[in-house]
Amino acid sequence: MEKVASSIEQALIEIQGVSKSFGNVKVLNNISLSINKGEFFSLLGPSGCGKTTLLRIIAGFEKPDSGRIIIDGVDYTDAPPYRRPVNMVFQNYALFPHLNVFENVAFGLKYQNLSKFEIKKKVLEALELVQLSGFENRKPSELSGGQKQRVALARALVLKPKVLLLDEPLNALDPKLRKEMQIELKKLQHNIGITFIFVTHDQEEALSISDRIAVINNGQIEQVGTGYEIFERPRTEFVANFMGARNLFNAILHRLGKHIFEVELPNLVKFRISMNDEKIKPIPDEFKFVVRPEKIFIRKTPLKNSSFVSVPATVESKLYYGASTSWILRANGFLIFVEEQNRDVKFRQDFYPGEKVYAVWEKRNIVFLETR
Amino acid sequence: MKGKIYWLFLVPSAFILIVFFLFPLLIMFYYSFLQRGVYGGFEPIENVKEYIFNFIWLKNYIRVFDPLYIPIYIRSLYIAFLTTLICLLLGYPVAYYIAFKVKPERKILYLFFIIVPLWTSFLIRTYAWILILRDEGLINLLLMKIGVIDKPLPLLYNEFSVLLGLVYGELPFMILPIYASLERIDISLIEASKDLGANEFATLKRVILPLTFPGIIVGVVIVFIPTLGSFIVSDLLGGAKSMLIGNLIQNQFMIARDKPFGSAIAFVLSAFVLLLLYIYRKFLGGKFEVL
Ligand SMILES: Nc1ncnc2c1ncn2[C@@H]1O[C@H](COP(=O)(O)OP(=O)(O)O)[C@@H](O)[C@H]1O
Ligand SMILES: [Mg+2]
Repeated sequence: MEKVASSIEQALIEIQGVSKSFGNVKVLNNISLSINKGEFFSLLGPSGCGKTTLLRIIAGFEKPDSGRIIIDGVDYTDAPPYRRPVNMVFQNYALFPHLNVFENVAFGLKYQNLSKFEIKKKVLEALELVQLSGFENRKPSELSGGQKQRVALARALVLKPKVLLLDEPLNALDPKLRKEMQIELKKLQHNIGITFIFVTHDQEEALSISDRIAVINNGQIEQVGTGYEIFERPRTEFVANFMGARNLFNAILHRLGKHIFEVELPNLVKFRISMNDEKIKPIPDEFKFVVRPEKIFIRKTPLKNSSFVSVPATVESKLYYGASTSWILRANGFLIFVEEQNRDVKFRQDFYPGEKVYAVWEKRNIVFLETR
Repeated sequence: MKGKIYWLFLVPSAFILIVFFLFPLLIMFYYSFLQRGVYGGFEPIENVKEYIFNFIWLKNYIRVFDPLYIPIYIRSLYIAFLTTLICLLLGYPVAYYIAFKVKPERKILYLFFIIVPLWTSFLIRTYAWILILRDEGLINLLLMKIGVIDKPLPLLYNEFSVLLGLVYGELPFMILPIYASLERIDISLIEASKDLGANEFATLKRVILPLTFPGIIVGVVIVFIPTLGSFIVSDLLGGAKSMLIGNLIQNQFMIARDKPFGSAIAFVLSAFVLLLLYIYRKFLGGKFEVL
């Protein structure tokens, strides 16, 4: 009996049409996801959007109202947590306070038919993996937040689950430690090759750590893609907003030729773009687009180049952050946010509130949003 | 002046403790060294020197260990131990059920039903058991009516009825502290246990029981101690042979009119209980900060 290797990458975990309500509040609405073997997959969304609930359904702590959870081809929808090939790192770590570090990590090994010697070997290996060798006899109460975090990780990883679920595991750590743990976690996942499903509400964290991200809003998936796709090509207003693409424009589209269109920002500017049919199809006559703040720059004069758009505006305010400076411009009722990297000790140009300027961006940086 | 004012707030409680607890105890302690008078009361001490150096003051304490009374002590310990054990075996599942299986909004109702009997005098509730258990009582009448038995079962005035009465009376005091410690358990610990592969039973054994150990200890202590000194239940529901330490002490005060001897037994009993608590603290107290 041999499994036939398929040319398409086999999804390790399939979430099929999962919905869940608490009372009459719909918390998850028809969630479907395929997550690949060895992937670092993040669920990203604001607090209360249902991330934890989805994770708990995968772990088996909640039953979905409808939908299926398939892991490695087996339907686990109705299986209790202790029969699932997944393990969880809890938001508050959930270390057993009456057991020491060794006993905490050894807890689940008891159910794997191992000898005492093998259990000891595996626990020590796991503790070494998370750099906690020598802490075997400590009680959880004698550990720092970061150390508890590592014990929780070791306790789950030592069982070699098919999928590791992590619910905002870095939240309780201070920013510096958090950055370090992100790097470590990523390295760890790469080395052991276990599929991670990582919950976070922090965009940067999701971008830096994940192979793919699912952005969730109000119990629905808004977009699934790589960090680059989510960041540079958000498909919905929510994703664009959530990823910090703050410049949202309402525009009208006029068709001029087969592939030539005119985009009109009423009372502001008109410019031409060319797009093939396939790309333009989902975009209606009235639509929205975004331009990220760091893709816009400020000039005293418009840029006479057909691949750029220049919008007349007035400087409203300036915020100096050190590494970057952010400007707010006003353009006929719109606010335009501009972010500029301070690449040199000297300001390239300085502008003063009330000054008439032009906000300029290259047309390829325009992201057309789907309307719902 | 700074900070001293706080002591004022301790005065009322210190007053209550001294007047209602410490003072009566001291009086009883003093009594326990006196001798019973001919008509009850106390024999006046004529020669203090002789009284002290001939160890007349120790007479009551020596009498406490008279072999005549030893079976009563053993029986009392046995009954108290059995009562505590039964309360634990019955109380833990009840507390577990309320803590984990009852919907949050209905827990209050369940706790209410556990507490509400305590609003009635224990004496009255114990009398009520007589009506239920006696030969013409509820149970026997019912069983005879449906023809299961044709002779009344001997339910009253034996060890069974004493145990039943004690367990009935003490059960809430076992359930409540265990319930409180179950409620304190972080649910995510139980979920973590199941996540790591432990089923319901293994989770109970490896996580819930150890974490509720402090509650169990509190329950055991506050059931065992009053049971060891109890006298109402054995008096009303027990037969002639079912005298317990509590009855012995009560008899000295109410029937034999030997207050000094009664006081001495009471103090030996207290000392024994304190010794048990000390042993517990010495061997387990460091692990579980409860007492
Ligand atoms: N057991 C529950 N009972 C009722 N409502 C719940 C329960 N768990 C979560 N919710 C609600 O479901 C929504 C989603 O919660 P959650 O999945 O924890 O969001 P997130 O992890 O994304 O912050 C929230 O509005 C929360 O109040
Ligand atoms: Mg959450």
